Amino acid sequence: MKKPFLTSKTMFLPLFLGCFLMTFSGVFAQEATQADNVHTEAHAEGAFNANDVIIHHVLDDHVWHFFDGHYGTLYLPVIVYSEARGLEMFSSSRFYDDHHQTVEYNGYRLEHNHITLNGQPVLDVSITKNVGMLLINSTLLLVVLVAAARGYKRNAGRAPSGVQSFIEPIVVFVRDEVVKPNIGHRYERYLPYLLTLFFFILFGNLLGLLPGAGNLTGNIAVTATLAFFTFIITNVSGNKSYWGHIFWTPGVPLPLRLVILPVEIIGIFTKPISLTIRLFVAITAGHIVLLALISLAFIFQSITVGLMSSVIVLFIDLIELLVAGIQAYVFTLFTSLYIGMAVEEHDHH
Amino acid sequence: MELLTPGTGLIIWQAFVFLLLVILLAFLAWKPILAGLKERETSIQQALDSAEKAKAEMASLKSDNEKLLKEAREERDKILREARDAASRLHDQAQNDARKNADKIIEDAKAVIQTEKMAALKEVKLQVANFSLEVAERLMKKNLASDSAQRELVNSIIKDLKLN
Repeated sequence: MKKPFLTSKTMFLPLFLGCFLMTFSGVFAQEATQADNVHTEAHAEGAFNANDVIIHHVLDDHVWHFFDGHYGTLYLPVIVYSEARGLEMFSSSRFYDDHHQTVEYNGYRLEHNHITLNGQPVLDVSITKNVGMLLINSTLLLVVLVAAARGYKRNAGRAPSGVQSFIEPIVVFVRDEVVKPNIGHRYERYLPYLLTLFFFILFGNLLGLLPGAGNLTGNIAVTATLAFFTFIITNVSGNKSYWGHIFWTPGVPLPLRLVILPVEIIGIFTKPISLTIRLFVAITAGHIVLLALISLAFIFQSITVGLMSSVIVLFIDLIELLVAGIQAYVFTLFTSLYIGMAVEEHDHH
Repeated sequence: MELLTPGTGLIIWQAFVFLLLVILLAFLAWKPILAGLKERETSIQQALDSAEKAKAEMASLKSDNEKLLKEAREERDKILREARDAASRLHDQAQNDARKNADKIIEDAKAVIQTEKMAALKEVKLQVANFSLEVAERLMKKNLASDSAQRELVNSIIKDLKLN
């Protein structure tokens, strides 16, 4: 029988450890990257601009920049739609000339990550760095989780093994500690969404910590989309008593009801907005702190400061690992809470 | 600021890929994982329940055994007591019977002795009467002139009597 790649113990453990080691060593790899940046930018502008480096790192991009040099940049495909031209697809390398300066291509122009066609905005559905991260993250999730699921067939009636033992405690934790207590007896229909949400954010957060990786879960478009799904599910699941509490709160005097009504309506929207901002801020802030600390070495041009900041960065990196888990937990917890509030049966009125 | 403006393209990709991921994982991963977990949990619960049941059965079996043993012991005691009673009753009865028999034999013997005695006495009386009559008859028949003659006569009678 062919053994699945990820479930074989011999392959999985080094891979897993490798991920962690890479996270830590990422600090130094990033330093090296920035060192190169300093040279080029120092040549170009004469000074190291930490602000640009950091913001550039946390933003989405049409190219995937790993390191400077001829092979250091991966030019991602650009897919644009406009009424004038229809759907068009080409490599983002077309926007850059030999001196790495942006140029116009076929009427399209790339400015600050926005593509315009003859000055008009177009619908840009390019495979950007974050879309690439999204695809990598989703593929990884599929491979790992399907391998874990296969374990239940293979080890039916036996103890879990391999990747199954790694995934199972997390699944049980999410099911028993997050979803079940908040949603109640109808939790099972929401479990696939909530588990996918948890693992997507967790893996996205962890992948984002790898050197050269994009800031997927720290992108407001990603967090807003996830929060939007939660918003849809919450309000579609909302039962009579949920809407009753929003539009005509029982058990309070009439004038107060009129005050509560707008507050409750605003509340429907603040819930997903808070989800969006919390995850976005937590992850992006972590990346900014890490990069700012690394940038210190280049601002002060000192090895001592570099060593000191590397030590601090190592600790911040450990905290970021913690934050990766916590934010996945919190997003799932609040989603369960909101769904739980929407499906809760009020029988005391 | 660019950081805070969500990109349309990324929203579209994220929505599409995430929805696809939810659907794919729901069928390929969560369904078998959750079913497997549930199955394992129920089987563990069943094993625990059956162990508990076996324990209870063992306990009831033990108490049953003890009850049986107690009953057996009681039965044995009862049988023994009854046997002892029966033995003593038999013993008493035998004694009584023996005594009664003995008494009866003695009584019978006494009665026989009495009748024999009476018969003997009657015989003696008759004999005495006969002797008296004979003596009287002989006295009457002989002319008894003198005392000596009378004494001689009596003596001879007595002699005769002795001979009898």
